[in-house]
Amino acid sequence: MRSLYGWLALGAGAALVVLAEYRLNDYYQRVLAVVAINVILAVSLSLTNGFSGDVSLGHAAFMAIGAYASALLTMPASMKLLALPDLPAWLARLELPFALALLAAGVLAALAAFVVGIPVLRLRGHYLSVATLGLMVIVQVVALNWQTVTRGARGLNGLPPLTTLLWAYGWMLVSVIVIWRLVRSPFGRAMLAVREDELAAACRGVRVVRTRMLAFVTGAFFAGTAGALWAHLITAIAPASFSFFITFNVVAMVVIGGAGSITGAILGGVLMTLLPEWLRGIETSLAGSGRPLYGLSQIVIALLMLLVMIFRPQGLLGGRELTDLLRRPPPVRPGENEGAVGRAPR
Amino acid sequence: MTYLLQQTVNALNLGSIYALVAIGLTIVYGILRLINFAHGDMMTVGAYVALAALSALVLPVWSAMLLAMIVAGAIGIVIERLAYRPLRGSREVAMLITSLAISSLIQNSATMTLTAQPRPLRLPAELARRFEWAGLTIAPIDGLILLLSILLMVLLSLFVKYTTIGIAMRACSERVWTTHLMGVHVNRVIAVAFGVSAALAGIAGVLWSGKFGLVDPFTGFVPGLKAFVAAVIGGVGSIPGAMVGGYLLGFAEVFFVAFAPPALSGYRDAFVFVLLLAILLVRPAGLFGLEEGRRA
Repeated sequence: MRSLYGWLALGAGAALVVLAEYRLNDYYQRVLAVVAINVILAVSLSLTNGFSGDVSLGHAAFMAIGAYASALLTMPASMKLLALPDLPAWLARLELPFALALLAAGVLAALAAFVVGIPVLRLRGHYLSVATLGLMVIVQVVALNWQTVTRGARGLNGLPPLTTLLWAYGWMLVSVIVIWRLVRSPFGRAMLAVREDELAAACRGVRVVRTRMLAFVTGAFFAGTAGALWAHLITAIAPASFSFFITFNVVAMVVIGGAGSITGAILGGVLMTLLPEWLRGIETSLAGSGRPLYGLSQIVIALLMLLVMIFRPQGLLGGRELTDLLRRPPPVRPGENEGAVGRAPR
Repeated sequence: MTYLLQQTVNALNLGSIYALVAIGLTIVYGILRLINFAHGDMMTVGAYVALAALSALVLPVWSAMLLAMIVAGAIGIVIERLAYRPLRGSREVAMLITSLAISSLIQNSATMTLTAQPRPLRLPAELARRFEWAGLTIAPIDGLILLLSILLMVLLSLFVKYTTIGIAMRACSERVWTTHLMGVHVNRVIAVAFGVSAALAGIAGVLWSGKFGLVDPFTGFVPGLKAFVAAVIGGVGSIPGAMVGGYLLGFAEVFFVAFAPPALSGYRDAFVFVLLLAILLVRPAGLFGLEEGRRA
């Protein structure tokens, strides 16, 4: 944002968001807000899945933690008294402003990530995948059973609709900038080093576990805030809202957009919101003919992902950023050494 | 005492199914270092095949089970050929993501064609009828699960130990590249591994849905994940480890539900994954696994 153009773009973007806020109908506003939330999710997941090279499947879990946390912190006390009469007294009385609730949502999600990260991040990368999916099951089970706080399967509804477009896009900008700066800091370089060759990175003095942990926990923080934004957009949450389906879609965003590129994650987030939205239209339009094709949009995404993995494993952007496209190609593109002789047997 | 015995019966049942599924996971992991997230969905495939065989084709149970194994195994081989083989030589992560996509593909194809509505899988009455015996309530299916699983595990052990392709499989899981240099057709070995693994998951799915009576497109997903926990307990990559791990997990889960305060019994799935974290913290290599050294 150092240049004049940066400020101009920011101003124009803000004007557009404000315009959209007042001129568009509810449906388009909601789709646009979901786009922003998905961009936050994709960019935050790209920290682990793109930059530090692990595959985290915990985004649904972190979103759920953030969503429930922020819902409980912002619900009017009178409503909590009715819906959740057995809450601990301090929580029942607490009504935080949205900004604080958002932060709390992120911090709690980050804490959960830290706890999972301690046993898992020192092991081979793919243990993280299973452990984070396990975390998803744990979070769902807790949300189902902790009746006094979560109302179980009925979920929480009638949450204050605090997620305006301005909030969604403002927070999206914050998260993109923070993650962009992080990736370009020494820590970001360390992440890339760990992804490319863990042993070599360790030999050069990179603290492997700590680097992975930073990527993972930061990603979880923003996923938690995205969950909070989502909760206050939809205004109703239930344990079933945070399923494998959500995680899978976020992973698809990062994979299709291009792992190891923030621009790619943004692109993936936008595409993977609009494409399913469009396909869902087809699904329900066929419902009238008596043969609804529920699941069609997910099948298309899954096939797309399979094709990307086979024919363009580096994703659409292949590790390049918008700035690279505008200026010069980067010295080494991630994914360029894939399939090299040394890796062949596996 | 009867209560304890009854829980033991339940644990043996659950453990047998986990063991069958975990073996499949561990075979594939051993060779490709792939955590196959679509493995649980092969259980779903098996269960649906059995459902079709029993209700539409009116086949006897044994042939429905055989059919489920064959179809699941064939699908496993086809998936390997179409989705995993093109990725040979790319990063491990690529296969992992592919397996997620396949899992989603199977789940949603089933949802689209068969709807998400759970369907009852009714075994013939002589298998499903419960009766009292020495104070225990058991059904013949309980015995069938245990015996069939043990039979399959024995067969598999013999297969891996004595047949040429079995020996090649073990060699591959030690070092793929060297095995390849010794003139073994690695791709064929991998295809067989996927076939065997999916067939075991297929029959496990029939047993699972036969015991609990329902199939839906997501039936296999959580048991598939739990089977991975079982594999980790035994040490991923070790076949005897997967067997022992399956039974240990079955006992841990059933006894948690049986003896923890009733308020906690809803948390059984959470318990399994907390257990996973604890094991990874204390002994990530499991009971029989070798410490995975860092190789340059």
